[in-house]
Amino acid sequence: MINLLKRYWKILTTPSVHYSLAFLTLGGFVAGVIFWGGFNTALEATNTEEFCVSCHEMKNNVFAELKTTIHYSNRSGVRATCPDCHVPHKWTDKIARKMQASKEVWGKIFGTINTRDKFLDKRLELAQHEWARLKANNSLECRNCHSDESMDITRQSPRAVEAHQKFLFTGEKTCIDCHKGIAHHLPDMSGVPEWQ
Amino acid sequence: MKISSKWLLSLAIISIAGMAYASEPITTLRSTAPDQESAAPRITNFEDNSIKRPRNYPEQPPTIPHDIEGYQIDGNANKCLSCHARSRTGDSGAPMVSITHFMDRDGQFLAAVSPRRYFCTQCHVPQKDVKPLVGNDFIDIDKLLPTNSTRIAE
Repeated sequence: MINLLKRYWKILTTPSVHYSLAFLTLGGFVAGVIFWGGFNTALEATNTEEFCVSCHEMKNNVFAELKTTIHYSNRSGVRATCPDCHVPHKWTDKIARKMQASKEVWGKIFGTINTRDKFLDKRLELAQHEWARLKANNSLECRNCHSDESMDITRQSPRAVEAHQKFLFTGEKTCIDCHKGIAHHLPDMSGVPEWQ
Repeated sequence: MKISSKWLLSLAIISIAGMAYASEPITTLRSTAPDQESAAPRITNFEDNSIKRPRNYPEQPPTIPHDIEGYQIDGNANKCLSCHARSRTGDSGAPMVSITHFMDRDGQFLAAVSPRRYFCTQCHVPQKDVKPLVGNDFIDIDKLLPTNSTRIAE
């Protein structure tokens, strides 16, 4: 076994005999492009509503709830799909989130939320993770679409104007502090601050 | 003899009912026949501001002057209370849930909203600016009282 490894290590460390430097350089570049393209395509394929909803855990619970909300269907026809809110858009953050999501693969394999009851039992914990994430990044995924600069409060109801001026523009609160449960149903909120 | 008096009575009832029916035909709110599909009414927006509508009578549950679409009110959460609960009114500036709502059915005041008053939309409803389906000749008691007192004076 050790001898085998030594032999391959020798092959890797000795200069090439048959191929030119140009071939190896260009070949490496082309292979790199193909690998990178393939990697990103696969990454993007896992970043679609279709992919998320291909699991019944998502389709029957959270996706079914999203369907009745304004983020699914609305007058202007813009839909926020699952990754728009749950996966950061910036590459490094996205990779970090995708690595965390390997836990979700574990959950899928072992069926941690494969029934409605199991999902409801775990719902508060799952929701708290998302609230903490959005709180920590100052509701980044909300702000990818809803920015304070383009928010015309003269077009809002007096109630919304007051709340946004008092809490959002002053930076005292971030979107998720008040807008919990806008896209999915809420878990048992007793004990959650600001909820009764 | 007994049977004939019964018949007479039922005949009388039917004829009186028939007369009433003839004088005031039953109308329906339906625009088309029940077996036909009618055009759906236009969806209008809810009134959405923070201006109180005055109550039409003292016992009336105040109407909700704002849109409450998507507000979750169930065993898990009550979105209304995240502004209208006593502890939240400082931040929200919303009116506090009436103290009467803290009372349980034995007349005991609890620390928070009593479970029997938890489901806000059982009594409080948002408003839409639409043409009423049926006419309404309700008169406010304040308008009614002076008329009565002048009548008495006369």
